[in-house]
Amino acid sequence: MVPAMPMRLAEPMTEARTPVGSDPELAISVRGLRKSFGDVRALDGVDLSVAPGTVLGLLGPNGAGKTTAVRVMATLLQPDAGEVCVAGLDVVKDAVKVRERIGLAGQYAAIDENLTGLENLVMVGRLYGMSRAAATERGRELLERFELTEAASRPAKTYSGGMRRRLDLGAALVAKPPVLFLDEPTTGLDPRSRLEVWTTIEELVAEGRTVLLTTQYLDEADRLADTIAVIDRGRVIAEGTPDQLKDRVGGERLEVRLAAGSDARTAVSALAAISEEAPIAEGDTVRVGVRRRAGVIVEAVRRLDEAGVGVDDIALRRPTLDDVFLSLTGHVAETDTDEAQAEEVTA
Amino acid sequence: MSRLVTDTLIVAERNLVRLTRAPDLLIAFTVQPVMFVLLFVYVFGGAILVPDFYDSYVAFLLPGIIVQNIAFGGFVTALGLNEDLQKGIIDRFRSLPMARPAVLAGRTLSDVVTNALSVVVLVVTGVIIGFSFDASLIEILGGFGLLLLFGYAFSWIFALLGLVVSSPEAANSLGFIAVFPLTFISSAFVPVESMPAGLQWFAEINPFTIVVDAMRSLWVGAPAGNSVWAAVVWSLMIIAVFAPLAVSRYRRAAGN
Repeated sequence: MVPAMPMRLAEPMTEARTPVGSDPELAISVRGLRKSFGDVRALDGVDLSVAPGTVLGLLGPNGAGKTTAVRVMATLLQPDAGEVCVAGLDVVKDAVKVRERIGLAGQYAAIDENLTGLENLVMVGRLYGMSRAAATERGRELLERFELTEAASRPAKTYSGGMRRRLDLGAALVAKPPVLFLDEPTTGLDPRSRLEVWTTIEELVAEGRTVLLTTQYLDEADRLADTIAVIDRGRVIAEGTPDQLKDRVGGERLEVRLAAGSDARTAVSALAAISEEAPIAEGDTVRVGVRRRAGVIVEAVRRLDEAGVGVDDIALRRPTLDDVFLSLTGHVAETDTDEAQAEEVTA
Repeated sequence: MSRLVTDTLIVAERNLVRLTRAPDLLIAFTVQPVMFVLLFVYVFGGAILVPDFYDSYVAFLLPGIIVQNIAFGGFVTALGLNEDLQKGIIDRFRSLPMARPAVLAGRTLSDVVTNALSVVVLVVTGVIIGFSFDASLIEILGGFGLLLLFGYAFSWIFALLGLVVSSPEAANSLGFIAVFPLTFISSAFVPVESMPAGLQWFAEINPFTIVVDAMRSLWVGAPAGNSVWAAVVWSLMIIAVFAPLAVSRYRRAAGN
């Protein structure tokens, strides 16, 4: 599944200065963050903690406030209230120093399409204060690392979506920042490019970087994040490891696919006795949450057989983050276009 | 301060390099004015009565149309800034430890280079169709300097425009709506005396008229009173007002 990518040597990061102020052991610390745009409360008291070298996935639907949170942490937006420290520095008081220690890659791949890949990276390097020679050397290093060397002298407008994202990630890494903000790094990418970006992010984490990534994809958070904070309507509504969050939904899910011609209602009443939860039928599939594992399948098959229901497939599975999201927010993690546009306007 | 200068130059260099990659904009801003010069001289020229001082319409028109053109040069800034804003490049810049005003300063600085190019193209066109300088070298160079200064001032107005509007298309149409009447209700194309009283009043206080008169005085020796100094003062005033406005808008761009 994962495209073969050679493991590369870890590169040292810009030294994170001994942090001062609150929570010195945290790479990112957010307390009581609020931000409104007019009457719209984009962030309504957000708390986040990210330990150095870990990945926090900020998971939520469009318009939940993820991008606004990242923009505050990356010094692009002033918070209305709350305390935000990144790499031990206050993002309001020490904005310039924070900028020297962070890399930001956004959902739109902020690269100049008319410049070549190398020119993009050299420009960013020089704006970090590097000499032209040093910036060129660093640019070539990054192009090689992201397998863009062959495209180095082509204008970025000729790049594929995945190549643009990789170049954008490269630009975020020019100054070897210890903290990376990735705002929906794979939105709009095809599955193959998505896997490439995932692999790249995993390598960056393996080097000891702290990553905060926002995503609306549950599988992305599941795969990449050490900790997930679920954000909805400007508030963190749950936080924990992917497994902890899945445990919150309860035990295993029994999933039964009925044979053609079988009646779902009969199956639901046959399965009602094996759980306190009411089974739910959806098309030809019946699902029910169960507390215990042992013997459940055998019992379910026996009961269905007695009721004369044919079974195509039966399985126990762990709840997915989709289940978590549904049970936490009461709505499925669908992207809502209107909300998306609302965030576009306000952010 | 030295950081501001370095960063400004880096941004200006980026703008100029990208212009050579997408030359259509550059061509539009050089071919279009040449077309206007030819249309005005050969279509309207015969019908416009110029003051006795000028031996031909092209002698009257060229300084005027160059001033109009230089005011439009700032469009590159409005369009470029707006595009950068839409594409998230401004966000990238703002996340870097660079001097904040450098993005705008670099933008307007690169306009000076493209403006210089289009002035040269227009002067060459003018000379080919019969324009000749009646001035010392100092006056000719002074005229170039004034054009670039006035163009630089207008770039700051366009910088503000590019940061305020929602799309490059909007920047385009709003810019035209603002600049076209200003340049036409001036002494650039016809003698002010030929206009109805109300327009004449406006044309006489219009900074375009002042700059056009200054250019005529510098390049063809037309009597201009104090227009050269007035033109310089106008340019500096525009910069003094619009540069801080654009910079503060840039700081707030995208919401803070």
